[in-house]
Amino acid sequence: MSFSGQIAIAGVYEHPSRWTPDKTTYQIMGECARGALEDAGLTLADVDGLFAATMTMGGMGVVQVAEYLNLKPRYLDGSNIGGSSFVSHVAHAGAAIHAGLCDVALILYGSTAASDAMAIGTGDTSSRDPGSAFVSPYGMTLVSSYAMVAQRHMHQYGTTSEQLADIAVSTRYHASLNPDAKMRDLITREDVLASRVIADPLHLLDCCIISDGGGAVVVTSLERAKDLRRKPVVVRGTGESVAHREIGAPDLTTIAAKQSGAQAFAMAGMTPADVDLCTIYDSFTITVLVTLENLGFCKPGEGGAFVENGGTRLGGRMPVNPDGGGLSSNHSGMRGIFLVIEAARQLRGGLGARQVEGAEVALVHGTGGYLGLMHSGATLLLTAD
Amino acid sequence: MSEPKKKDPEYGAPAVDQESRAYWEGCGRGELVLQRCRDCGTVQHRPRAICATCLSSGIEHFVASGRGTVYTYSVVRQNQMPAFREAVPYVVAYVQLEEGPQLLTNVVGCAPEAVSIGMPVRVDFVPTPGPRGEPLGVPRFVPA
Ligand SMILES: [Zn+2]
Repeated sequence: MSFSGQIAIAGVYEHPSRWTPDKTTYQIMGECARGALEDAGLTLADVDGLFAATMTMGGMGVVQVAEYLNLKPRYLDGSNIGGSSFVSHVAHAGAAIHAGLCDVALILYGSTAASDAMAIGTGDTSSRDPGSAFVSPYGMTLVSSYAMVAQRHMHQYGTTSEQLADIAVSTRYHASLNPDAKMRDLITREDVLASRVIADPLHLLDCCIISDGGGAVVVTSLERAKDLRRKPVVVRGTGESVAHREIGAPDLTTIAAKQSGAQAFAMAGMTPADVDLCTIYDSFTITVLVTLENLGFCKPGEGGAFVENGGTRLGGRMPVNPDGGGLSSNHSGMRGIFLVIEAARQLRGGLGARQVEGAEVALVHGTGGYLGLMHSGATLLLTAD
Repeated sequence: MSEPKKKDPEYGAPAVDQESRAYWEGCGRGELVLQRCRDCGTVQHRPRAICATCLSSGIEHFVASGRGTVYTYSVVRQNQMPAFREAVPYVVAYVQLEEGPQLLTNVVGCAPEAVSIGMPVRVDFVPTPGPRGEPLGVPRFVPA
């Protein structure tokens, strides 16, 4: 039995800081837990399901978080599928609550990537994973793994750097409306194209920023959420997937979002035409473009025309990341939780200048990992109650 | 448009394990070794002890032609890793091998600007002795 329509997001909190050299990741998670529980009108004593992932915790990280918060939950999930983890945590929490394994799930994330001077896009890519030996000799940075998708997309479909730049321009416009965003000065297409190339064809302004940050989300049953402080945001559809360099030669422009999006739409009984806004993991401009295609907002190869000239702006074809996204608001390494938080805030309404007017259906899609190597995808369809 | 590069990427000895030894030893002999499943015929890369299509353990190795075309690439212009800081700009690429699999690699032997999708390339090996001096190597590609 699907839990579509029976699970709700009852509380959200985004840490307002973008630079926190005086805080630990655990402190950030603790402050976010307080914020999201206050938002929901709940206390720590109500939490019986705990979900957490960070860039730096070890394999037992969620147990460490439970100890830090003096919690003894009856459901634990520390699954880490990259930056999309928290999007999948909402789905996992929904399944657990629906199955009666917990009642109130708290999802946590914290990071001090910026104050730790972490080189996320252009730093160390080696690991002890067995496939790493076939990657690490060649100096494939995170940025270049996405850039290879962009290069292939341009070759196959004639997509241009100008079209990719327009995503960054639209997102920066959104950030200019968000007082918490790190980068708020408006930019032009020319600014993006004039910024230095990090990995062809991606420029500096095609890349997400690096900040500190954290967030928390409280998930419970819709029934319980109706009695809480905030208007519930209802989970209608969920999907998860991976994409990798399969045996043979797969098309690099077909990403995990294709499978997870189709599953989420089927579960929700919806189509892209029902969606009012998207929050999409915008690690790089190309990520947004191929995600929109793979989710079915346009056909493969039509993403360039879809996003150009403000296509992803408020009032455009499909508003994407009205908070300013990872390209301009915040990116501390694993941005998925902020996708969930902004979608929930939009569906509650009242965000002022950056509010998507009449927003009733939001799509959330997180990508985790290296787009051109292996990555995860997680999709949510959320509605106002 | 690119500044004169100081050097090509340098390779250390690859991390060899039980499943990949035949591949890296082949590179040490100047041979690009791929795997074929005796049961379902699938050619696979990277090497695994089982077939990732049918789970058979009947894996055999064969020497590939070493020829392919560039499927996609990027010119890396910034990498904080000490091993690559001096090597930028350099080209990372997926090469579509004649035998079916794609291989992540570098394309060297020409200016980064000369690389394009569809460009024919052939394998070239850099000797990288293992910890006991055993002959291993790392494959990269050059214009054919
Ligand atoms: Zn087989």
